[in-house]
Amino acid sequence: MDAVASFVAQLLNGLAGASSLFLVAAGLSLIFGVTRIVNFAHGSFYMVGIYAAYSAVAWIGEGPGYWAGLVLAAVAVGVLGALIEILLLRRIYHAPELFQLLATFALVLVIKDAALWLWGPEELLGPRAPGLRGSVPILGRQFPSYDLFLIVVGPLVLGLLWLLLTRTRFGTLVRAATQDREMVGALGVNQAWLFTAVFALGAMLAGLGGALQLPREPANLELDLATIGAAFVVVVVGGMGSIPGAYVAALLIAELKAICIWLGVVEIAGVSISFSKLTLVVEFLVMAVVLVVRPWGLMGRPQAPSRNAGAAEAPLRAPDRLAKAAIAAVVLALFALPALSSQSPYVVILTIDILVAVLFAASLHFIMGPGGMHSFGHAAYFGLGAYGAAILLRATGAPMEIALIAAPLIAAVGALVFGWFCVRLSGVYLAMLTLAFAQIAWAIVYQWDAFTGGSNGLTGVWPSAWFSDKRAYYALTLALVLAGVFVLRRILYAPFGYAMRAVRDSTLRADAIGIDVKRVQWVAFVIGGLVAGLAGALFAFSKGSISPETLHVAKSVDGLVMVLLGGVQTLAGPVVGATLFTWLHDSVARSTEYWRAMLGGIILILVLLFPQGVAGFVRQVVYGRREAKGGS
Amino acid sequence: MTARKPLLVASGLSKSFGGVKAVDGIDFTLAAGELLALIGPNGAGKSTTFNLVNGQLVADTGSIRFGGREMVGMKPRDIWRMGVGRTFQIAATFASLTVVENVQMALVSADDRLYSMWRRAADYRRSDALDLLDLVGMAGQADRPCSVLAYGDVKRVELAIALANQPKLLLMDEPTAGMAPRERNDLMALTKSLVVERGIAVLFTEHSMDVVFAYADRIIVLARGRLIAEGAPQTIRDHPDVQQVYFGSGKTFEKAAAAKGTA
Repeated sequence: MDAVASFVAQLLNGLAGASSLFLVAAGLSLIFGVTRIVNFAHGSFYMVGIYAAYSAVAWIGEGPGYWAGLVLAAVAVGVLGALIEILLLRRIYHAPELFQLLATFALVLVIKDAALWLWGPEELLGPRAPGLRGSVPILGRQFPSYDLFLIVVGPLVLGLLWLLLTRTRFGTLVRAATQDREMVGALGVNQAWLFTAVFALGAMLAGLGGALQLPREPANLELDLATIGAAFVVVVVGGMGSIPGAYVAALLIAELKAICIWLGVVEIAGVSISFSKLTLVVEFLVMAVVLVVRPWGLMGRPQAPSRNAGAAEAPLRAPDRLAKAAIAAVVLALFALPALSSQSPYVVILTIDILVAVLFAASLHFIMGPGGMHSFGHAAYFGLGAYGAAILLRATGAPMEIALIAAPLIAAVGALVFGWFCVRLSGVYLAMLTLAFAQIAWAIVYQWDAFTGGSNGLTGVWPSAWFSDKRAYYALTLALVLAGVFVLRRILYAPFGYAMRAVRDSTLRADAIGIDVKRVQWVAFVIGGLVAGLAGALFAFSKGSISPETLHVAKSVDGLVMVLLGGVQTLAGPVVGATLFTWLHDSVARSTEYWRAMLGGIILILVLLFPQGVAGFVRQVVYGRREAKGGS
Repeated sequence: MTARKPLLVASGLSKSFGGVKAVDGIDFTLAAGELLALIGPNGAGKSTTFNLVNGQLVADTGSIRFGGREMVGMKPRDIWRMGVGRTFQIAATFASLTVVENVQMALVSADDRLYSMWRRAADYRRSDALDLLDLVGMAGQADRPCSVLAYGDVKRVELAIALANQPKLLLMDEPTAGMAPRERNDLMALTKSLVVERGIAVLFTEHSMDVVFAYADRIIVLARGRLIAEGAPQTIRDHPDVQQVYFGSGKTFEKAAAAKGTA
């Protein structure tokens, strides 16, 4: 009886949690459906929602004003969303696909520090809701009445949204734009205001989701990324653009988590399995399974290809003398660097970091740009390389040289397995499946104490004797990174690279001239994973220790930011982007407490100034006139 | 013409979508060196038939034999490797490749060198690719990006791509849709010369009756998924059933034919 009661309690708990999750996910889904923006800042809206509710309630005072405070907080977040759309996103809709993601990532950084400045680093727990402070006995257990209220809110908002979308002119426009926004524009609808309205509505829903959590969950600065991950999963599992799907998915995931907590540690056939440990990864497991079985989510439909993906990529040209001279100068300077910077040894250490980032970004760009596969989980292969090298070194005593060869192969095996599933999808679904696999890999590494060192990671991963001097290791890193970047470039100029771009440009046509589309993508994915693995191994030996952070989602996002910052449509893009990002990150982080806001601000400025990416901009300046002449 | 051994034999082809029989038990043959037009009013099943032959759809029943080999169930890319080239109704080229690179891509695939990771693709059989472009009158634009071409030019590049693996059969889905009248005639004259000189078999769908009656050796007519007539252009023009499905009763193709005569 007690087991049943605790089970029911957990199920109800799950239902209550599902409501907020649904609100956030519904907003994300609306925004993506209409604007095609993968809004990374959506979790930040949720976080701001809680903080704003905290302040609003404190300002209005408790009592009936409490509820007004929650609504006020949601509206405030909606206004924030509208401002962001008008001032920022509207200026970059015509940039290449996914570029807006870079802007929203910068917003995450800025909003996080703004919250730190406004509300401080302490966790803030709001007061309980008036009238719902007590609890209700259910099967002999006390269940908070506020949670019962939350359970009702989810379906209520679902119903209101459904009415809004099916019974109003605005809703008709939103649904039409989700299917074909160019056509909606062609029919004379002012897209700019439609986008603003949808973005504000989505932000408001996230803000409401946050505000409603005020009495349940303390406001803290980690909520943004934690929420965005869960919201992505819910949207994708439910099906992009499907609001009822989002509700079903939120329920499914919240309940599965609740069941895992309830199960705790269970003995199955003599093996004890800790289901509570699974809560870290259960949503990503669900997402992986759903995407493999139903590629468009539970209630979604195949995505119409966007006709507004920015300008077509220019054909690859062989580097001319100017470009060759520039490359030669940079390489020479890099080899001379240790001698030039003998006074400040930190320069060599920073440059090793930059080189590793360059190789990582180049491998991501390889599958993302020419390969057309947007990976949101590329850190998995970086991490597999790093852990592969470290474990090999510690467990078998293999020297660094062997580890450096084996680690990329281990990463490639990971990419071989994950990639087989991923290339069956496309667009944002592929991106989310890569993210799911990366999170699963991260959760395994994070929890497998005996093998991976768990959350502490592994230490003592030092290079062989003759590379123990930093300058020697620098030379090794430089040689391997140059070789890696060179090989990737070479492949892109070879028939296989052309086949990758052909597959990306037109799957149908590629198939019609005998190209096995999935196989080309799969091979490209494995090559990308292999090179990322080399970067990971180089990273491990440069630091001497590694932690699960090497395959954390933040690392994947860093890679995306580097590639987009440099420019996804140019081969130099990832190199420039990785250098710029790593250098900025390092120098900004050392100069101010609010380094995130500063980094985010710099990225925003770069985004607005160079919508083709920095390298894309440089190319345009240097070659723009010449290409215009040749093209006419 | 009837004496020649057919290259393509379709028999008893059917395909339903839900409860709708888009194609309902049709038979036709096509010989090498023959230009066969597939016509019919909207919704007749032309595109479905076409996609059954190129492998994009799999027939529910029936068989399609190409050079004696059964093609039903084969993937489009394997059908291509057997020597079946195609062009699309809405022209599709690789936008980030130049014109000549598009053709080189097809040559690379024809030679099974797709997984070559080292040699430069830009040099790969460039002169062969330029010859193909010359054939369709696009050699002068070889190094322009495909994304900037006029639509009629894209269609010509498509034809060059389709010819890259020396196909025995060419499937052309509305090859002249969206082209100016002058361009249409040029493209069809070129196609006709390929048929005559190289002995390629061509199956094409077309809405323009001028083009069909001027160039087709033989015509098959579909209506509501069934084959209602087959024969030489003159036979089809005078066929009462064909006139019925196109015009109702009482009208004929005479006006169209007269217009063509003066063109």
